[in-house]
Parts: sequence; structure tokens; C-alpha cells
Amino acid sequence: MTPFTILTAIAAPLIRDNIDTDAIIPSREMKSIGKTGLADGLFAGWRYTAIGSREPDPSFILNDPRYAGAQILLAGANVGCGSSREHAVWALAEYGFRAIVAASFNPIFRGNCVRNGIVPVEIDAMLIDADGPITIDLPRQTLTSASGRDIAFAIDAEAKAMLIGGLDAIDMTLTRAAEIARFREADRNRRPWAYL
Amino acid sequence: MTPRTAFEKIWADHLVADLGDDTGLLLIDRILLHERTGGVALNSLAEAGRTVAAPTQVFATMDHVVDTRPGRTDTTMMPTGTRFIAATRAAAHAAGLTLFDLDDPRQGIVHVISPELAIVLPGLTLVCPDSHTCSQGALGALAWGIGSTEAEHALATNTLRVGKPKTMRVTVTGRLGAGVTAKDLALHLLDRFGSSGAKGHVVEYAGEAVRALDIEARLTLCNMATEFSAFSAFIAPDEVTFDYLRGRAYAPEGAEWDRAVENWRGLVTDAGAMFDAELTVDAADVAPMVSWGTSPQQAVPLGRPVPDHDAIAGRDTREAYDRALAYMGLKAGQAIEGLAIDAAFIGSCTNSRLSDLRRAAAILKGRRVADGVRAICVPGSTMVKAAAEAEGLDRVFRNAGFEWRESGCSMCFFAGGESFGVQERVISSTNRNFESRQGPGTRTHLASPETVAASAVAGRIADPRPIGA
Ligand code: SF4
Repeated sequence: MTPFTILTAIAAPLIRDNIDTDAIIPSREMKSIGKTGLADGLFAGWRYTAIGSREPDPSFILNDPRYAGAQILLAGANVGCGSSREHAVWALAEYGFRAIVAASFNPIFRGNCVRNGIVPVEIDAMLIDADGPITIDLPRQTLTSASGRDIAFAIDAEAKAMLIGGLDAIDMTLTRAAEIARFREADRNRRPWAYL
Repeated sequence: MTPRTAFEKIWADHLVADLGDDTGLLLIDRILLHERTGGVALNSLAEAGRTVAAPTQVFATMDHVVDTRPGRTDTTMMPTGTRFIAATRAAAHAAGLTLFDLDDPRQGIVHVISPELAIVLPGLTLVCPDSHTCSQGALGALAWGIGSTEAEHALATNTLRVGKPKTMRVTVTGRLGAGVTAKDLALHLLDRFGSSGAKGHVVEYAGEAVRALDIEARLTLCNMATEFSAFSAFIAPDEVTFDYLRGRAYAPEGAEWDRAVENWRGLVTDAGAMFDAELTVDAADVAPMVSWGTSPQQAVPLGRPVPDHDAIAGRDTREAYDRALAYMGLKAGQAIEGLAIDAAFIGSCTNSRLSDLRRAAAILKGRRVADGVRAICVPGSTMVKAAAEAEGLDRVFRNAGFEWRESGCSMCFFAGGESFGVQERVISSTNRNFESRQGPGTRTHLASPETVAASAVAGRIADPRPIGA
């Protein structure tokens, strides 16, 4: 995972509430059993003129030349609701997004973002001047809008450490393998029925 | 001792280590996989050179992309679906997991089979890379949906790193009226409190109306907690729960059963325990519901029209509201009851259990689906299908003009194969009415199985109560 510290980039405003993961990556676009080859299907239902077509719909924000190369997505509340498919985050990451700014995140989607190096910035995107590049400083937990105003955001320490360090959660947990084994041993006596 | 919520007790029982900042390393008791996301997780795990730490506690099923037409094979309607099946099968065998394959009598939708096989038990932590895992909290477990990468973590380590969710209690006082179901209650909560209403919370459903629900209805209620943006849902285990689980395939037996039940009786919220949020609704206010828009919160009691934007302005932006109406081909103030439908669907992890099929069949008995309406019933599991057939429900559905299918998710979601048509209006017992959820451009109206059945017969969205289930 690529570590994240400070990013200054164009932010594409897709400020609709309840953008669900079916919208981010429609099921029909999840053709392979891997985690790659998904960027093309990102927002396919909105991005192209017709189902199955690859002709860009000029009215969709990501097809607007002003937002070419955007690495930050501004979204509405409850972004990433719906299906838990991590493909939504893989598609966003493959397309080039490194951060999402939204008033609120679906909890599963938020966890998927953190595990794939995308910073979930919980700020109402309507309040941000994105008329020009904006900066996200993760160590300081601030977003600097295009007009230079700093806005602080909250993120839990675990997510922050994983994102900044580009850490793999499994490796982190496996350092505690002996502790987990001891816990299971004792728990098996307490709750034998839980062990098959 | 300070009074604790049931959730806090389960959390404490599973806390291997406190990782600080309200994050815990939690022991995971059960991991469920399906071919849509499970194969990816297993393969990625293997590629990283890691193994499944406790394969006997991991179960996989084939439900999402499998064909549900009679006489099915590995071939799917979704163009590349067969590869998902093959990959999951190979990976499950290699990892030594229990797999409920296509020809297994225990096969079915993951959230339907786990309770019926007693894979989920009270007090367990259970995860699955599927958002409707919250359904299984109906049995008194802490069950929640995760992503594939988290699934890999759980598989490799028997644990997850979890930010401690906030708690919410939703108390439903009184009793649901005749013909009013758990599905209507779920939609009522969404209409009233919005689809972010339980954002990130573990929701404990409590109160007389909830206690009065049987397990299948509790599963329906908890199923739609993800539509409520909850971390998970939970209903304290009680005699109804124990009666349901006793004797099922993976339930403990003999002395171990007795010991387990004794432990499970403690999994209730202590008097005086504090929740971060509390909601109370009166069951008498709940009526049969139907959704009109493209978010599950966009729902109204049957008989009520599409609300004006003013009435819900605090929740839906004007843009979202207009977009939903345009997609659904509706106008503000238009009646929902009486809208002509093209199709009716009974299935999904929300409403495809035996009691759901029984209630729908009671309406369909001796009646026919209206001309021009395509009607499909997909039992939630192969066991549900067999039980329904044993009591002749399949004949009731077939005689009424319903297709009677093999179990799976089927047209609950459009996987790229079979679907309803563009701008077709479908009344559906499923949980999501998002744009194109059931097919490109398809217009989905969520409702209870009895409303779906009554509507199929009428050819338009209809109240099931006059027919009287
Ligand atoms: S039935 Fe529908 S909602 Fe349930 S698991 Fe399958 S696809 Fe998901």
C-alpha cells in the first residue's frame, strides 16, 4: 500500500447523497475474479452514454476536462452505502483517487478505503472551495481549500497510522499471533460450543 | 458492576487486545463466504502465501451469481459467472473449508442458510464479505458485513481490528397490526429516520413488538439494518431463539447445549445500561409500506402518494428527489397504490424463508397473476425450497402463474446476466431499490411478500389486507 502523507490535487465534485457502491461499480462491470481491471467500469452507469457503451457522457463530472487527473473525490453524505463490495474502492483507487471528502461514510466502505490507501475525510463537501487544487495533510488532519482556508477533520488513530505507514493490517496483527492463540485456548474452555 | 448493553458483553468476551483509540482486536468465531467475493479473498490470501487459520469455522456457499432456473448447472447467465463458481470451489477445497456447493441440499443464500444450519449462534462474532450479514444479529450474535481485505484478515488471523461502534436501541412498543410485517417495520424506520438514521451504530431492536416476532421475521427486520447505515443489528436471544436453534445441524448438543443456553441467557442488556442513541416507535403507527424512489428511505405507507419535496426536504436534497422521481417515472403527489406493474419478485435474504412463502401463498391460493405480469419466486435456500414443496406451496405458486426457482440471490441484484427490463416496474420483496439494482433502468418498489403477491394478482400495486392473508 502506498503511504499517504500530504496530497495536493484537483477535487472532482460529485456531491450527491447516498452514492451507493452499485453506482460506483455496477455489478455487471465486475467481470473478473481479481482486484484489477475495474477503473474502466467506475461509475459506468453515469459516466457513459448507455449501458455497456464506453462513449463518455459529457454531462458527467469525471468527463469534464477541468477535472482530468482528479485524485480527490468530493461526495455527498452516506457515500459508499449499499453492497459491501470492495471492488468499489479498488475501482476508485485504480482510477487514481487517493482521498474522498464527504459529510459521512458508510462504515464498511470507510474501512475498505483505509485498507486500500484512500483517505476518508469526513467534512461536508459542500463547505469546501474546490475551485483549484486542494490539499489534504493527513499527519496534521487538515484539508486546505482552494482559497487557502484550513479545515480540520477527524480520523481514528488506527486508520491514520495504517494510511501514513502504508501498513498491512494482517502483518500488524500477525505480530500478535501468540497472544491470539492464548486467548483462543482460554476461550475454548469458556465457550466450547463456539469451536467447531 | 456497571450495567452493560448486550453488545458490550459480547465485545468484552471477544476482546483479545485493546489497540487504543476505541479500537479492539476482536476474536472472530465464524466466517462466511460466497462465490461473489469469497473466491477473491481466498485467492488473494493464497497469493500472499497465507493460510486459513481455522478452516472448520469457515463456511462458503454459492448464491450470488448461480443460475436459479430449474435444471441449473455451473453455467451462469452472468457472462463470467462460471469463473467465480469455479474459483471459489477450488479455493474452498484447497483451504479445507466447508462448502455448500450447487448440488448440496444445504446450499442457499448465505444469510438464510447460516441460521437454518445454526452456524450462527447467540453471542458469536460472525463476519461475511456481504453487507446483509447484519441479518444474523437476529439470533443474538454480533454479525456484520466486511470488505474482502478484512475477510482475508479474519481468515488469516481469526481476528479483526475493529473500531468500537456506537450503540443505539430501537424500541418498538405495542404490537404490529394484522397484515403488517417486519418488512413494513424496517421500511417504516427508514422512512421515518432516513437511510443514515443508524449511522455506524450497533442497533439493538427491542420492545414488545420485536419480542413477538418469530426468528424469520426478526431476520427480516435485522436484514435491512444495513439500509439504515447501521454497523450491525442485534436482538437479544430468548426462548424463541433457543427453540429455533435446538437440534439444528451445527448447534451444540447435550450438556454443551445446556451450558451454552445458560451463557446465552446472559446476553441481554442490563437494566439501566446506556445507549449512545435511543429511538422509540409505536407499532400501531406502522402500516404496510412500499418504496417509491431509489433509496430505501423513499418509502410510504400503501395508500399514501409520493410525498412533496417539502415534506422530506430535511432528508433528500431537491436534486436527489427529482432524480429519483425521474428514474421511477413518477410525479409528486402521485398515488403509489394502483400503479401498474410489469413484474413481481419474491426472494432474497430479506424475505424468502418458509414463513414468507407461506404468507404469500395464502394470498395466491386459488388466484392468478394478472395478464402481462411476470412473477418469480426464488426460495432462499434449497432447504426452504424442499420444505415448501413438502407442503405443496410450489403448486400454489405455479398454479397462480409464478415461476418456481432454485435457490439463490437471483434477481435481487443484477449481476450482468438475467434482469428485469428497462423502465419495467417491479414489486419486490428484496431490500434495495437503487438505480439499476434489478436490471439496467429497472424500477424497483420494495414491499413485503404479501404485498408483492397481492400486487401480482391485481396487476398493480395493491394492499394485501383486503384479501386477508
Ligand atoms: S439476496 Fe440480495 S441482498 Fe441478499 S445476499 Fe443476495 S444479493 Fe445480497
